[in-house]
Amino acid sequence: MVNAAVWDIGYLVAAALFILGIKQLSSPRTAPQGNRMGAMGMFLAVLVTLARMYSEGVVGWELIVGGLAIGILIGALMATKVEMTSMPELVALFNGFGGGASALVALSEVLGRLQEGNVPDAGVELYAIWVAIGLSGLVGWVTLTGSLVAMMKLKGGFVVPISKKWVRFPTWGPPWLNVVKILLFAGSLYLVWLTINDPTNKDYIWGIVGLSSILGVLFVMPIGGADMPVVVSLLNSLSGIAAAFTGFVIGNNVLIIAGSMVGAAGLILTFIMCKAMNRTLPDVLFKSFGGSGEKDQVTRTKVGSDPEEVAMVLDGAQKVIVVPGYGMAVSQSQHAVKEFANMMEAEGCEISYAIHPVAGRMPGHMNVLLAEASVPYEQLIEMDDINSEFPECDVALIIGANDTINPVARTGEGPLAGMPILDADKARVVVIIKRSLSVGYAGVDNDLFYMDKTMMLFGDGKKMMNELNSALKEL
Amino acid sequence: MLAIFLGFELISKVPSTLHTPLMSGANAISGITIVGALILSNTAFNEGDPGTAAWLALAALIMATINVVGGFMVTNKMLEMIAGKRRKGGK
Repeated sequence: MVNAAVWDIGYLVAAALFILGIKQLSSPRTAPQGNRMGAMGMFLAVLVTLARMYSEGVVGWELIVGGLAIGILIGALMATKVEMTSMPELVALFNGFGGGASALVALSEVLGRLQEGNVPDAGVELYAIWVAIGLSGLVGWVTLTGSLVAMMKLKGGFVVPISKKWVRFPTWGPPWLNVVKILLFAGSLYLVWLTINDPTNKDYIWGIVGLSSILGVLFVMPIGGADMPVVVSLLNSLSGIAAAFTGFVIGNNVLIIAGSMVGAAGLILTFIMCKAMNRTLPDVLFKSFGGSGEKDQVTRTKVGSDPEEVAMVLDGAQKVIVVPGYGMAVSQSQHAVKEFANMMEAEGCEISYAIHPVAGRMPGHMNVLLAEASVPYEQLIEMDDINSEFPECDVALIIGANDTINPVARTGEGPLAGMPILDADKARVVVIIKRSLSVGYAGVDNDLFYMDKTMMLFGDGKKMMNELNSALKEL
Repeated sequence: MLAIFLGFELISKVPSTLHTPLMSGANAISGITIVGALILSNTAFNEGDPGTAAWLALAALIMATINVVGGFMVTNKMLEMIAGKRRKGGK
């Protein structure tokens, strides 16, 4: 038997690597290295664990190696195959797996202990372990089911397996649902309390599993798609907390350290994101937002323009700001956008891209897509820096964005009130590529569409960009 | 406690471009529960007659591994997109 200190040192180094990794992930220059450090830390932690198991005698090698292999295979396949547009969904899904794994570990531990009859006598040890088991289960299951719902909401719906029908995932949350959520939460906590008093009763434990799974679903259900990044970030924080609780359950320090670090980092990130959207966390969680009943009926109309017309306006423009939104991601039009930029630049036009912090479905979504199309990083300008440039710009070309450019946000009324927006309406001419005049996630009509200086190109982003490009070529 | 404080300290200032990679990276780290899953799968199967607990531990192991491997790979992919192209951009 090797001295336990050796393992602890190994875990400590792993934890240090995680800390350095997260630190480096928060700066653009060092981020890739930070990610590698995190991965190294994880590898080390696994290695230490395996070595320790080896020195203590292992029975189930085949199953453990098999389990690892299956996990690696699935994880690697999913990460390699994923399209850039569905990245946010995948992050949500992985996150759910993390939380679910923590919950399963806790569940396994408690069932194992019950099986052996290894239940500590009433006292501090019992309380500590059972409370940790209960909380780890509670947080873990909420993370799992919540993340799955978040994933489906990011996708916008799901396919029913048998009929192959596309069902739009509902955003539904009457105010009384909040009461139900609180009751469920209180109920789970009460069950945790009951398990302490009667540690051998499995029913309570299954009750926690059931209640917290439902809680996870109801928790995310009423939250609109625009707020989903915040929710995923919060769930990420929760999955860290679940891991930390699991660490208490099985008495492992590296779980506690890494878990609480992720929990804290995730929480802070959640607040940063909320701030970027000018919403508070309670607002996000309890005020159902977007797509829920109070959608404005669009009654006004606007005559669409055709690509030739727009091309003529663009001809001779000195400064064009491109405003990409989720529509660009969906239609995969980033390459067409880049082609457009190349043509304009060849004519001596200055091109830049205005990146709203919450454009797309995840912060950084637009950056990733445009980078994929080889748009130079210097041309991607964040909201605060580019807003002063709109008044001097000849054309603002908006591709599939809506809420992030809706001037109604400045009026301080409605669901978008106070959200920082891109001042695209201050450009001399505004060109909007969009499939229709319909409302965005926030469910409010956009005055910008009806302004005299606005030209609407109705259609799929990629198709329209291509038509615009060929119209430009013909000029 | 120290770890929580560290978490807060570490990311108080992050450009929004990096929110998603950071989230995804932190998420991969939360897969640390893989260690717990490993230990438990071992002890659970050690007891001869693998019961529900053992299979749950194995399921946890698979899920945690997906989380870890997938998480780090996706983060890497994203960062390559963001940072890799920038290097070519001449900065």
